[in-house]
Amino acid sequence: MGHIQLKQVKKSFGDVTVIPPLDLEINDGEFVVFVGPSGCGKSTLLRLIAGLEDTTAGNIEIDGKDATGLPPAKRGLAMVFQSYALYPHMSVRKNIAFPMKMAGMPKEEQDKRIAAAAKALNLTDYLDRRPGQLSGGQRQRVAIGRAIVREPAAFLFDEPLSNLDAALRVGMRMEISELHTKLATTMIYVTHDQVEAMTMADKIVVLQAGVIEQVGSPLELYRAPRNKFVAGFIGSPKMNLIEGAEAAKHNAHTIGIRPEHIDVSTTEGLWQGTVGVAEHLGSDTFMHIHGVPGCDPLTVRAGGEVGVKHGDTVWLTPNLTHLHKFDAQGLRIE
Amino acid sequence: MATQQSRSAARFMLAPAVILLLGWMLVPLIMTLWFSFRNYLPLRGGDLGWAGFDNYVRFIGSSSFWPSVQTTLIIVGGVLVITIVLGIILALLLDQPMWGQGIVRILVIAPFFVMPTVSALVWKNMFMDPVNGLFAHIWKFFGATPVEWLSQASMQSLIMIVSWQWLPFATLILLTAVQSLDSEQLEAAEMDGAPFHSRFIYMILPHLARAITIVVLIQTIFLLSIFAEIFVTTGGAFGTRTLSYLIFQRVLESQNIGLGSAGGVYAIILANIVAIFLMRIVGKNLD
Repeated sequence: MGHIQLKQVKKSFGDVTVIPPLDLEINDGEFVVFVGPSGCGKSTLLRLIAGLEDTTAGNIEIDGKDATGLPPAKRGLAMVFQSYALYPHMSVRKNIAFPMKMAGMPKEEQDKRIAAAAKALNLTDYLDRRPGQLSGGQRQRVAIGRAIVREPAAFLFDEPLSNLDAALRVGMRMEISELHTKLATTMIYVTHDQVEAMTMADKIVVLQAGVIEQVGSPLELYRAPRNKFVAGFIGSPKMNLIEGAEAAKHNAHTIGIRPEHIDVSTTEGLWQGTVGVAEHLGSDTFMHIHGVPGCDPLTVRAGGEVGVKHGDTVWLTPNLTHLHKFDAQGLRIE
Repeated sequence: MATQQSRSAARFMLAPAVILLLGWMLVPLIMTLWFSFRNYLPLRGGDLGWAGFDNYVRFIGSSSFWPSVQTTLIIVGGVLVITIVLGIILALLLDQPMWGQGIVRILVIAPFFVMPTVSALVWKNMFMDPVNGLFAHIWKFFGATPVEWLSQASMQSLIMIVSWQWLPFATLILLTAVQSLDSEQLEAAEMDGAPFHSRFIYMILPHLARAITIVVLIQTIFLLSIFAEIFVTTGGAFGTRTLSYLIFQRVLESQNIGLGSAGGVYAIILANIVAIFLMRIVGKNLD
């Protein structure tokens, strides 16, 4: 079980309100990602759920029971920290055993669970090493191992992959997703990386300055961002936001068009521009186009290899079925 | 520091310091060894020639030798236990955010800046004096007979005075160690369901092991040779005669430099035995 409900939860540090009253429901078995720029309050929100911070007002309910005043240990949640927070003077085995030892679990049961976790996480050969002797990815897996042996109601991840190199991050992303499918336990995952959010989440919660901007599945957010902030945050490269005369033609203050929804031609099109930096990735080509009124530079994605270089003139045609319109307040117009 | 040239340059530049330190250490050591084999009585004829091992036999054969070794070890051990236990408690308390933290920390460190002679005299006259001392007044207020601290509980008093002086040092070193503990580790332990005493035993204490080792080693070096505190309080009476105080008495009160020097060599041996034991027990924390 792992149903978590936040009701009018508020957090202030002194006079500074980090999170204004906020409601959120996380269903059992869901993989929820809190995403937002740094300083948006996503880690604070996670720590409120974990019980490492006290709420200023409001209630947190876990499985229908009020947990607002409960200490972290009594909430039945397990957390994986950004720095992994492994105990450096204990072996991997003792690290993983620690929460069970604190719970006073019988030794045989502990050994059984350690063996199972080590097998699932590929740690069997490292059980007698110290955290200092492990690589970043292995430490990450030990931290996850320490969390899963408790069989918690929900897992909390606080930017767990930000200390890993790019290749390892992709691998761990898959491992965590697979773990979620296998365990079917609620997971709450905090990240500032929208790629992690898009690839892993069942439900994304986009936060800005402590306020929930939008909640939805990755593709809902991609297809219909509720406002300009979400539009700019979800999707890579970022959506192009065009203001002025071009937007007025569509009866909007701002129009948004994703780089992958623009066709590039060297002969004809709606907008004319000059190619600035062109990033050739082989599978894709990202071009920064200068000279389009209302948006400079405009980013365009073309599939495969495109024979353009710096200084070339190109014509662009947006795919109008994927056009997003926003009003002066930055809210979506349907 | 990799090339041949930079290595020889480094040796050349280090040489004056090394030579000075060696001279500083070797000259007194050799003189002590030299005198310990001489029959040297400054007021009774001066240097009277070789004495062989007479001084060594006499010093160790004296009825005050073994009690003085015991006294030295009790003082060192007692002060170490008190300063480390209280130091850890104080360090944990001072790490908590509180109002006036800066001033409190300076106050805690202050005793370390008081000269040993002065602090021992302050304790002796202001606190422990059986007639005018603060403790005497407190005892009288509760209707008890004032304790004659320095004669009735001489060792305890001495250990208290020396602990008071060294507590700031231990607190300071331990506080910096406590501050360097990763707070996420403690939070992780909290999430893992560890109550405070478990977090202390499994997280804080192992983290402090290295700092405790340093405190033990440095304090031992200085505590083996404490002298001023004994000199101004009990003058070596009431069972507070340490090995270094015994040497002082042999040299200055008995005017026997040869005998005192032999005692000095025993003190070196004792210090080395203690050092070996300490390194065996705590040295592995330093690697």
